[in-house]
Amino acid sequence: MAATETRLLTSRLRDHPDDSWTMERALATGAYDSLRRAITMEPDAIVDEVKTSGLRGRGGAGFGAGQKWSFLPQGVFPRYLCVNGDEGEPSTFKDRMLIEGDPHQLIEGAVITAYAIQAKEAFIYLRGEFALGADRLDEALRDAYAANFVGKSILGSGFDVEIVVHRGAGSYIAGDETGLMESLEGERAMPRIKPPFPAVQGLYAAPTIVNNVETLSTVPHIIRMGGESYAELGVGRSTGTRIFSVSGHVARPGNYEVELGTTFRELIEGLAGGVCNGKKMKFFIPGGASAPWLMPEHLDSPMDMDYVQDELKSMLGSGAVMVFDETTDPVRIAWRLAKFFAHESCGKCTPCREGSSWIEKVLYRIANDLGRPEDLDLLLDFGNNIVPGLNAPFSQTTICALGPSTMSPVVGLVRWFRSEVEARIDASAAPAAMNVDVPS
Amino acid sequence: MTNRDQPMSQWPSTHEFVIPVADGPDEVTVTIDGATVRAQRGELLIRVAQDSGTYIPRFCYHERMKPVGMCRMCLVDVEGMHGMQISCATPVVDGMVVDTQSDAVKEVQSGVLEFLLINHPLDCPVCDRGGECPLQDQTLAFGPGESRFVEEKRHFAKPIPISELILLDRERCIQCARCTRFASEVAGEPFIDFGARGADTEVITFPGEAYDSYFSGNIVQICPVGALTSQPYRFKARPWDLQTTETSCTACAVGCRGALDSSSNRLVRLLGVDSEPINHGWLCDKGRFSYEAVHSWRRVRNPMIRKEGELVECSWPEALDAAADGLRSAVESGGPESVAVLGGARGTNEDAYVWARLAKGVIGTDSVDAQLGDGLPARLALGLPGATIADCDRAAGIVLLGPDLKEELSVLALRVKRAADELGVPVIEISARDSGLSRDATATLHAPPGEQSTVAAKLVAAIGGAATGDPDIDAAGAALAAGDEERPIVVIIGRPSLAESPDATTQAASELLALGDRVRFLTVLRRSNVRGALELGLTPGFLPGRLTLDAGSSWIGDHWDTCPQETGRDAAGILSAAADGAIGALVLLRADVLADFPDRDRARAGLAGAAFVIAVGGFVTDSAEQADVFLPTTTWGEESGTTTNIEGRVLTLARSVSPDGTPMPAWRIAAELAQRLGADFDLEHVSEVQDEIARVAPSFAGVDADLVARAIDGAVLPKADHESEIHLVARRIPVTDMSWEPIPPGARSSDDAATHPSANGDSDNDADDTTPPEPAVSTRAIPELYRWDGETGSLVVAARDAYALRLVAGRVAYDAGCTVTESPSLAALIPDSVLLVNRTDRERIGVDDGGEVRVTTTRGSLTLPIRTDRATPAGIAFLAFNQAGPGAADLIDIAEAVTDLRVESVR
Repeated sequence: MAATETRLLTSRLRDHPDDSWTMERALATGAYDSLRRAITMEPDAIVDEVKTSGLRGRGGAGFGAGQKWSFLPQGVFPRYLCVNGDEGEPSTFKDRMLIEGDPHQLIEGAVITAYAIQAKEAFIYLRGEFALGADRLDEALRDAYAANFVGKSILGSGFDVEIVVHRGAGSYIAGDETGLMESLEGERAMPRIKPPFPAVQGLYAAPTIVNNVETLSTVPHIIRMGGESYAELGVGRSTGTRIFSVSGHVARPGNYEVELGTTFRELIEGLAGGVCNGKKMKFFIPGGASAPWLMPEHLDSPMDMDYVQDELKSMLGSGAVMVFDETTDPVRIAWRLAKFFAHESCGKCTPCREGSSWIEKVLYRIANDLGRPEDLDLLLDFGNNIVPGLNAPFSQTTICALGPSTMSPVVGLVRWFRSEVEARIDASAAPAAMNVDVPS
Repeated sequence: MTNRDQPMSQWPSTHEFVIPVADGPDEVTVTIDGATVRAQRGELLIRVAQDSGTYIPRFCYHERMKPVGMCRMCLVDVEGMHGMQISCATPVVDGMVVDTQSDAVKEVQSGVLEFLLINHPLDCPVCDRGGECPLQDQTLAFGPGESRFVEEKRHFAKPIPISELILLDRERCIQCARCTRFASEVAGEPFIDFGARGADTEVITFPGEAYDSYFSGNIVQICPVGALTSQPYRFKARPWDLQTTETSCTACAVGCRGALDSSSNRLVRLLGVDSEPINHGWLCDKGRFSYEAVHSWRRVRNPMIRKEGELVECSWPEALDAAADGLRSAVESGGPESVAVLGGARGTNEDAYVWARLAKGVIGTDSVDAQLGDGLPARLALGLPGATIADCDRAAGIVLLGPDLKEELSVLALRVKRAADELGVPVIEISARDSGLSRDATATLHAPPGEQSTVAAKLVAAIGGAATGDPDIDAAGAALAAGDEERPIVVIIGRPSLAESPDATTQAASELLALGDRVRFLTVLRRSNVRGALELGLTPGFLPGRLTLDAGSSWIGDHWDTCPQETGRDAAGILSAAADGAIGALVLLRADVLADFPDRDRARAGLAGAAFVIAVGGFVTDSAEQADVFLPTTTWGEESGTTTNIEGRVLTLARSVSPDGTPMPAWRIAAELAQRLGADFDLEHVSEVQDEIARVAPSFAGVDADLVARAIDGAVLPKADHESEIHLVARRIPVTDMSWEPIPPGARSSDDAATHPSANGDSDNDADDTTPPEPAVSTRAIPELYRWDGETGSLVVAARDAYALRLVAGRVAYDAGCTVTESPSLAALIPDSVLLVNRTDRERIGVDDGGEVRVTTTRGSLTLPIRTDRATPAGIAFLAFNQAGPGAADLIDIAEAVTDLRVESVR
């Protein structure tokens, strides 16, 4: 399977694995050149350039970055930029690599973006567990201040920008943009009701843009290449490259940066070396724990955000591809993912707070041979009260997308493995009523 | 490295987001379930639907708090919007088409209830909410018929106390955040919040800290399940056994409206009624729980008379005859002015009027004072241009010039906080030390005790644009001047310290009067009906209805047999005269001068010197212990009538239970005494007293029995100036009769009480069962009501010597008054007597935090603990007034302008 990476964001850290995070190496390999150029441009021209590039958010929702920036109300200041580095989606580890391996690229992207949206303050919200990333980012930021890439009148332009690194305290939902802002403000990370959207009233009720680490790390390359050249990469409305975190039963798990539109097969079998130990693939998850599962027959589908959503009823999400071989028990996978969501549900909305732990409890029973024939339909029936219709694009009764995410493992399980699960339930012959203590 | 040496720009001071409203016409038309409804653009859909008769089920939404959208019960279909919308956070716009009844909506409602119930313990039979529980009711209306959840429910230890008054059952909690939002948003005390996540989410306090708040009872009232219960009401009654009457709280003079519940002739609960002009549905804990005092075992049930040195029970005729004899012989030996009446601010308007008529119109004495030297001069309370509580909402600015509102009039503090935080009204505080509202105030201008008029004068100059040389005052003046000229500047004025002369406040008020027509005053007077007592003549120099003796003597002559010619003695004068043997009969009308008069030496001497003492009240207080005759009265909850709050609003009090024993309403006692002194008042029913007040007291003109019975939020005096604010029918029809939702005034009529057969058949003080007589028409023009001209006496405040601390003796919510000490749940909350000082002063004195000091004044000395207090600036010492045992009253000489303390370490 011939497949190659297209390394834009990862070239520095791949080429110089020993010192890619240092200012010396970064400057020697062209860092901040895009900033020097951007600072001479009109802010709106940068927004237009990013719109032309077709760059879509790399955090999960895939919303157009330039379009998001243009939602800022005219003339309302202060504005804030938040960099979402709370990478919490299970099996996603691309932002961590970008922060640890190339912090200057992120800082450059953040400063260009802050200039483009005229925000004088930017906050980098780092997942609390990223200890190494925090150290490297702090060091890089100190060097960037010293070199006047950040701070007062950067590069003599008259534009001031402050960047603050904030480390989270370990909550998945702080990765939701409104949850992130609540957490930054010192509140519990619970998502806010929308509207108002963050671009209108976000952090401290001021207009705020929240972008993912990978999204902002892409911005310097768009300035360097020009929006049109960037848009030539990729396929359809999914332009450019993305970093996919491949994990599970593959020979070479890891991060791979490929052009969008590459097929899953090229990624999994080509770059990641296929299923390890000579086993066959049973199923895979295309975009993080929140994405409904796909089967081996989908391997030749292109990794195009619209195609995966419209045709495959799943999503590229955070770009985390999890591969499971033929020995995998899909019920246990579903249960483990449900346990994650039940643990991370913030507790704000009733359907997610109560529903996620109910899903976990039912799946736990089935996985431990205490399933009942009606259990799968029960899951789908009450799950429909969290995600009416049960399918992407999500309609939801909750505030944020965590609610619908809790049902993704169930939807995958029932869609592809219903008969297998039913056969197993029949064989286990559980009593009709029971009390099961689910270990926490 | 976050480069903290780089300065960050200033955070916006308010960073609460607001729900945006789309542009369009202000008057909008919305279609709800096919019916066309008119509304204002931006109103929340859930309210618009409710007002048009469609109740959308909800748990977390509360009208008085910001929507949070947590419970997801109020999801509805809105045409053209993707997915269902929470109606609690959806503002209506023109042309919106809403379906609250679609199959999808019903399915989700049922689904949300199923989710809420999977971890709910369903212990309804032993739950206090059972029977008035929205989770029960909405499950019946919208929920699934059976549970499909077969796993083990979530378990917590239950219940756990989160304060002395409140218990939390986390298993019952449905995580609606009503309590946590009340604490942070309404009360500004974010002491409870959520802990843990997901299905383990629980309401928690800070580790090791209680949820200590003066407002904690509100979270029990608005809890939609039985997760929060109050110690006093827990397991006391079942909701379906409750008799409910609407009344006003009399724990202080705000007059919060409440729904008073009784069961088996015992008061068991008071809920706040959502009166827009007064309390927005909130109550303070002191008001909410002090009904317990009504049933205290120390209540005096029957009259008593002193025999062989002891007070012993006797019959009413014997007691009344003895009292009347005492009054008669005092008049005969010393003239009318040898009779004096102290108190009357704790009763009803009817009590105040009939006692005023007895004292001034029968006996002929003007030595009558409802205040005990601890209030404001009557000429301020009656003669300042008045503001209403609701004026705070629309004020150009609020000036706080008095005591700590959170301690004195707690629910008013919530209103001021809301005006400051949510309505953007600048609040300027002039105070010797920080108060419970300082955090919400735009500025706190510190003025040493006795010197507030200096700051007030500068503030007036700054409002006028002058530079005063003090940048803080200039900025405060500019903030007040920035408001709309049409809107009033509301001054909330009271006596900040009982250790300083009231003249200090009077002078400050005089300075502020210079602001002219824009300035309006709310007088901070604590006892529930002090305003009514002053309005009705229980103060020297005044006749009922805001008339001075001079202006009103001919008017009153048409109604009364006699009236005093000379201004009599005030409380201080009465006590001094009594000490000198000049008072032949002293009436203590629900007054405990030993506890409340600021100068205990003088009170003690006065009581000892009075030849004959008649105590009228519910409890044998320290003062009443010295009585020759004790005449027991009915109290709040046992009597109907009216009260007048700080804004001069006349509010109804409902009778809910019958008293034990034979206590009488105080007005009836006065009428009985008058009869024995040869004057027949011909007053048989409380409504007759109300009608007589409306006839005789000009400020009460038009406020007769008929009006007070029908006006939903009462009527502000004088009626002619506030006609448009009177509502005779409820403005909103309650869609729900559930106690956890805001209770609209008028929803709970007092009819229940009227039809409730009283235990002893004593139904003659119910307002509802007789038709009031036609008022007699007076031919005389109503005299002009008194207005204060701002004239003040001189006040010389001596400089403090460098070794002394100047005393602020302020009242705190929980003091040693009967209301608190006789309510077991509250009595435990009375704080210890502690001298609070600035840290620098404590270190200079050379004593550890919490160590003992000896405090000495010209009056006496005390030993008590000292503690550092950040609210108290250097040079000032704070001591709470009226705590148990020796206290501030033993240090204060009321002849002095201020009280300076010498504080020494006790080794």
